[in-house]
Amino acid sequence: MSNKINIVQAVQQALYNEMTLDETVVVYGQDVGVEGGVFRATVGLQKAFGSERIFDTPLSESAIVGSAVGMAINGFKPVVEIQFMGFIYPAVNQIVSHVSRYRNRTRGERHLPMVIRAPYGGGIRALELHSESTEAMFAHIPGLKVVIPSTPYDTKGLLISAIRDPDPVLFLEPKRIYRAFRQKVPEDAYTLPIGKAKIVKEGEDITVVTWGAMVPDVQKAVSTIDDISVEIIDLRTISPMDRETIVESVQKTGRILVVHEAAKSFGAGAEIVSVVNEKAFLSLEAPPTRLTGFDTIFPLPRGEKHYLPTPERIAKKIREIAAY
Amino acid sequence: MAEKRIADKYDRDFLLKLLEEMVIIRRVEEKAAQMYGLQKIGGFLHLYIGQEAVAVGSMAALDLKKDYVMTTYRDHAHALVAGMSADALMAEMYGKATGCAKGKGGSMHMFDAENHMLGGHGIVGSHMPLATGVAFKIKYLEEDGVVLCYFGDGAIHQGAFHEALNLAKVWELPIVYIVENNQYGMGTDFRRISAVHDLYKKGCSYDIPGALVNGMDVLEMYEATKEAVARAKEEGIPTLLEARTYRYRGHSMSDPGKYRTREELDEYRKQDPILFLKSDMIHDGLLTEEEYQEIDKKAKKIADDSAEFAENSPDPEPEALYEDIYV
Repeated sequence: MSNKINIVQAVQQALYNEMTLDETVVVYGQDVGVEGGVFRATVGLQKAFGSERIFDTPLSESAIVGSAVGMAINGFKPVVEIQFMGFIYPAVNQIVSHVSRYRNRTRGERHLPMVIRAPYGGGIRALELHSESTEAMFAHIPGLKVVIPSTPYDTKGLLISAIRDPDPVLFLEPKRIYRAFRQKVPEDAYTLPIGKAKIVKEGEDITVVTWGAMVPDVQKAVSTIDDISVEIIDLRTISPMDRETIVESVQKTGRILVVHEAAKSFGAGAEIVSVVNEKAFLSLEAPPTRLTGFDTIFPLPRGEKHYLPTPERIAKKIREIAAY
Repeated sequence: MAEKRIADKYDRDFLLKLLEEMVIIRRVEEKAAQMYGLQKIGGFLHLYIGQEAVAVGSMAALDLKKDYVMTTYRDHAHALVAGMSADALMAEMYGKATGCAKGKGGSMHMFDAENHMLGGHGIVGSHMPLATGVAFKIKYLEEDGVVLCYFGDGAIHQGAFHEALNLAKVWELPIVYIVENNQYGMGTDFRRISAVHDLYKKGCSYDIPGALVNGMDVLEMYEATKEAVARAKEEGIPTLLEARTYRYRGHSMSDPGKYRTREELDEYRKQDPILFLKSDMIHDGLLTEEEYQEIDKKAKKIADDSAEFAENSPDPEPEALYEDIYV
């Protein structure tokens, strides 16, 4: 059985499946219980599983994430929601100090099967903290996995994998495309491997690596180009990064463009370019290039179109690199 | 009930000022809501409608040449009362270059340094240590000022609230913390997620006075704040005021507010802060219905003009992305 659902429904279904299959899965966060979440990602779950397993919290990100650690080392699988990624900073103390290093600190005796979900990214006409993409900040923390899906199918499979993963996963949901399109998704639970990129489209001339809400924009850009053969890689997991898939692709194409909406400097794009330089240097026919948001604060709606890489800018950049 | 209750105590001009400010806030925000509906304003819009008495009453106890205010993202009222023009406010919501923050702050980040309105802040509770620091500067420079730090009932559960109050007490700072308890943290009833329901009692934890104030009554807000301000300035004792209030609209424009009943909303509408003051003034012979209509008409014009000003203002240039930031 399968149904046609969007990304936010895929989140809800993944939670529903796992709560059904595994009693140790509990879900909590701000407004997730009675209200079903501000983006409706947990709608209906409290009715199905009761307020003991899915419940509301105060606006206390530090305690939300910290308490999940205490539960996770004692047999629970907490899935906590941070309402917007920009609200996560009070919890960074817990994430850096405890979440990411508990396995190491206990020399492997304890591990944390917990998930922190957060909608991320711009393009919803909000600004600043409500629109930023700070995945690189978290990917820089050893011991923490960072996953970003771009389709309903991947969302469900990767979230279920994240819940079943013995280690902590930061699961970032591209809120701009939460409801952008629907896809056929199996109703039953299934998993997709964390740490494995997906080749969305095969090509010969240039590799474009991207993730999250930028994937459809890259696809749109590529659909306007018929004289260059573009390979599109959806990274899906920022950390641990699927270096093999990227390197193999660049060894074939000789060219790479990384597209992300986060600010450029010290971003995930820089890491990808470094990997390519280290592992595929002799295959390169053009400088590895990044097309990203700018190194500034995410602007208001009227500046948004200038900030986010658009399909037009992506297509232009692909042509530039191909012609190098 | 005693006759001439407010007329004996307050001067007419003072009461008119309070009334006018509340009506202007309401009309400007209604206009903003309308323009949001027309997608002139993007992102999020958090309205203050219903809570007007809190900002207006408390800020009436200030002298903003010396005093400061700092608040959350529900910040339009505080900006207007501080003296920001409705034009600059509305243009900021539109994201236009003529906005108070050049169209880069938006609804949640009103800022008017000249009028000592040190910002709306988008992250719940995160500004409380900042406000505490402003109070520190006042004390350090031996100025005669005070800081009013506003926040919602949700902020009480952030570490920053507790850290700030503790510091304010230890350093004996001239600051008044005002929790605008509108009873819902987004869609969650504060009673479901707060161990203590009388939020003003949290002052005990830091050995500072706490008091409950009717946040629907502008004069009660004024009196309570005046007392707390005097204590802060003269004795260096911070206060936690809990203004029990109510927002008529959702948390933001995208919130239909299904978590509360129509009856509850109607109950609070009956205690509307504008109607409260208006009827008291009429009762005491300080205002006629015609004069009120005149005030309302003026407020509507200010609101309409602000939208027109915003509409006709230019967008920020793309280059503005790189202005006012270190890169």
